[in-house]
Amino acid sequence: MRNITAAAQAAIDHAAIDRSAPGEDIAVEVRGISKIYGDVEALRGIDLDFPRGRLTTLLGPSGCGKTTLLKIIAGLNEPSAGEIRVNGRPVTGPGPERAFVFQDFALMPWATVMRNVAFGLELRGMGKDERQAIARKYIAEVGLAGFEDKYPHELSGGMRQRVGLARAFAVNADVLLLDEPFSAVDEQNRRKFQEDLLRLVALENKTFIFVTHSIEEAVYVSDRIVILSRRPGRVAQIIEPEIDRTASPDAIRRDQSYLDTVEAIWQGLKRYVD
Amino acid sequence: MAAPLEVNGAVRVAPEAGPARRPLRGLLGAHPSLWRLASLGLFFLVWEIAGRIPISFAFPTFLETARAFLRLTLDGSFVTAYASTLQPLVIGIGISAVLGVGLGVAMGLSRTAEWLAAPVFIVLQAAPMAALIPLITFVYGIGLLSKTLAVIMLALPVIVLNGYKAVRNVNPSLVDMCRSFQGSAWQRIVKIIIPDASPVIFAGLRLGLAAGFIGVILAELLITPTGIGDLITYHRSVADYPEMYAAVVSIIVVSTLTLAALEAFELRVLRPEKRRG
Amino acid sequence: MTICGYRVPMMASLLFWCVVWEIVGQSGAMFLVPPLSSVVMAGIDLVQTGSWQAAAVTTLRSFALGMVLAIVAGTTLGVLMGRVKAIDNLLGIWVNIFVSAPLSALVPVLMILFGMGETTVVVTVFLFAVWIIVLDTRAGIQHVPASLVEMARSYGASRPALYGKIILLAALPEILAGIRLGLVRGVKGVVIGQLLVSIIGYGELFELYSRNFDMNNFWALTLILFAFAMLVSALIERLEKRVEFYAGVR
Repeated sequence: MRNITAAAQAAIDHAAIDRSAPGEDIAVEVRGISKIYGDVEALRGIDLDFPRGRLTTLLGPSGCGKTTLLKIIAGLNEPSAGEIRVNGRPVTGPGPERAFVFQDFALMPWATVMRNVAFGLELRGMGKDERQAIARKYIAEVGLAGFEDKYPHELSGGMRQRVGLARAFAVNADVLLLDEPFSAVDEQNRRKFQEDLLRLVALENKTFIFVTHSIEEAVYVSDRIVILSRRPGRVAQIIEPEIDRTASPDAIRRDQSYLDTVEAIWQGLKRYVD
Repeated sequence: MAAPLEVNGAVRVAPEAGPARRPLRGLLGAHPSLWRLASLGLFFLVWEIAGRIPISFAFPTFLETARAFLRLTLDGSFVTAYASTLQPLVIGIGISAVLGVGLGVAMGLSRTAEWLAAPVFIVLQAAPMAALIPLITFVYGIGLLSKTLAVIMLALPVIVLNGYKAVRNVNPSLVDMCRSFQGSAWQRIVKIIIPDASPVIFAGLRLGLAAGFIGVILAELLITPTGIGDLITYHRSVADYPEMYAAVVSIIVVSTLTLAALEAFELRVLRPEKRRG
Repeated sequence: MTICGYRVPMMASLLFWCVVWEIVGQSGAMFLVPPLSSVVMAGIDLVQTGSWQAAAVTTLRSFALGMVLAIVAGTTLGVLMGRVKAIDNLLGIWVNIFVSAPLSALVPVLMILFGMGETTVVVTVFLFAVWIIVLDTRAGIQHVPASLVEMARSYGASRPALYGKIILLAALPEILAGIRLGLVRGVKGVVIGQLLVSIIGYGELFELYSRNFDMNNFWALTLILFAFAMLVSALIERLEKRVEFYAGVR
């Protein structure tokens, strides 16, 4: 029951891979991205396509540059070479078609949940009533109805990240970029959160790019998993776990193909761990 | 908070204290204001005893000082003195706040402003600016202008540097967040940088106010025979020690209450999220 | 200025201001500001005079004595307040009042209690410096991780070992930060004390020069003082850098 489509060897010539099925709708194209910080080469020649409406995970050992790649896609960091295209248009900076969810939540401590969620709309100059109505909808969607007037310090880590997620949904971007969103959330909340994320992915029909270092998390939530090698980060492998998402969350976690995929990825990544 | 005490047992009675000791500690622990009262009471008691010994001919007891304090309050001496002392302080702090916060934020935002001004203010903050007070008093006379300048000289550097550091240490993740939602540079400054920096900026204003008090008192003691400084000097010269001590105590009380009020204002108005914390 | 790191631009900027000073001074626009070059010349002459040397010795002695007392008393009190809740409760309010109170108002009291001499200046230095050292030491002690204390105790550390090998060392970054701030305040204290006593050390010279509008010597004296304050602060900052590495790890 292994459903590994891409070749299972590392360091395949990056140009050869990921010229996936022609005609498939590609939301984000990554072309020849390299990033060099001083004398550290973080990313080398990354070519990737992110199909629309699916959740793709960037997985790799720590320091492989996966967050760097995500921030380049977001337009927050400049690549040293290469180009990003979103919906066919080159990226020169942050844009309204992308929304970012931060590892440390990046909530404004002086603002209520409501103002935090509506902040992206506030920056666009939307009127107060209008943006609050939208924010209220997404606050409810992430399960925080009733917490609109709380401040971030009154919420648990898991609830804070729900606020970050609602803020990203509220601006109605096509592409959601999630930078290790659950790494500062405790294990039980993380599981609940992963289940909710799957529900939201199905509901919202957006393109998700998700960075994590947890293999289980990647296999559980992803349609596609891009494995990056250790620094300088390159695409080592692309895996498409074919897991029946209609099953209950608990059934998925016991599913043989889920377990096999986790094991296969671990075998591939093990050599990067010191 | 009580844990280290229990662990370490530095107070002999505390660690294995039986139930008999608990009520007092429970009472004091539940009411921090009782501790404060006990602390004030103890200090006044020690003062009273030291005054009765007496440790010096020029050391009045607490009660004598309290009586003098009351007398000076009732006969209006304090009112006149503080009218004269607080005026340059308020003007000086106002000018320093506007100038200092503006300059500090500019230094935090602009590399050029930082390069030009940061080293100067670092030097001025570490340096004893008080040394310049005699000079300005000789040049600008003994009026309001000199006292205001003394306040500004002492208060401005710390306000500027705090504003500068506050802006430089703004949470980069929040700045990224604002950028990712296409906030303009102006929105970034007004909606993220200033609010996130405001606690440190405000701490700078408190430090500036404390320095301003030192400055105005120093100016009054050194040259300008007005205000509370004059009250201290005059009563010293005629050996009315209780009155002199009462004046000194009053300025410490006034500055402490002002700083506490500023802090309370900050918590209430600027940081709603801390109000219930 | 952004390319060359931090240290270089800082010097460069101060040099820029020195040039501005010189130009303003040469133009004679402000009577208060003589050209920097003549101030420096006056400074060179000044440090060779007996009166300056005597004043410097007096000032340094008062400063050093006051600081030693402040550091010893401040760290001791800070450790006690950090470890003993009752002492913290009893003294906390006073330390917090005095750390930001206008202590310059206390100097006249000190003058009648301790006389118009060095003792008053020493006590002024002590009073200016001690409270911030207490507060920072207390904060450092309270932030010593409980797990570190429990580790030492579980390996059977005696009380002296617990304090000497764990608590004081773990709190060292904060203690040093407090001492640095205390030194800066101490320099201000020594100046304010001497100005108010006005018959000893630097205070006497300041009084003399500003009374006679001898701006060259006045500014020379000020620059020497500022340089001393920066030197003291820089020295302790270097010491701090050496222990900073573990402040981050904790």
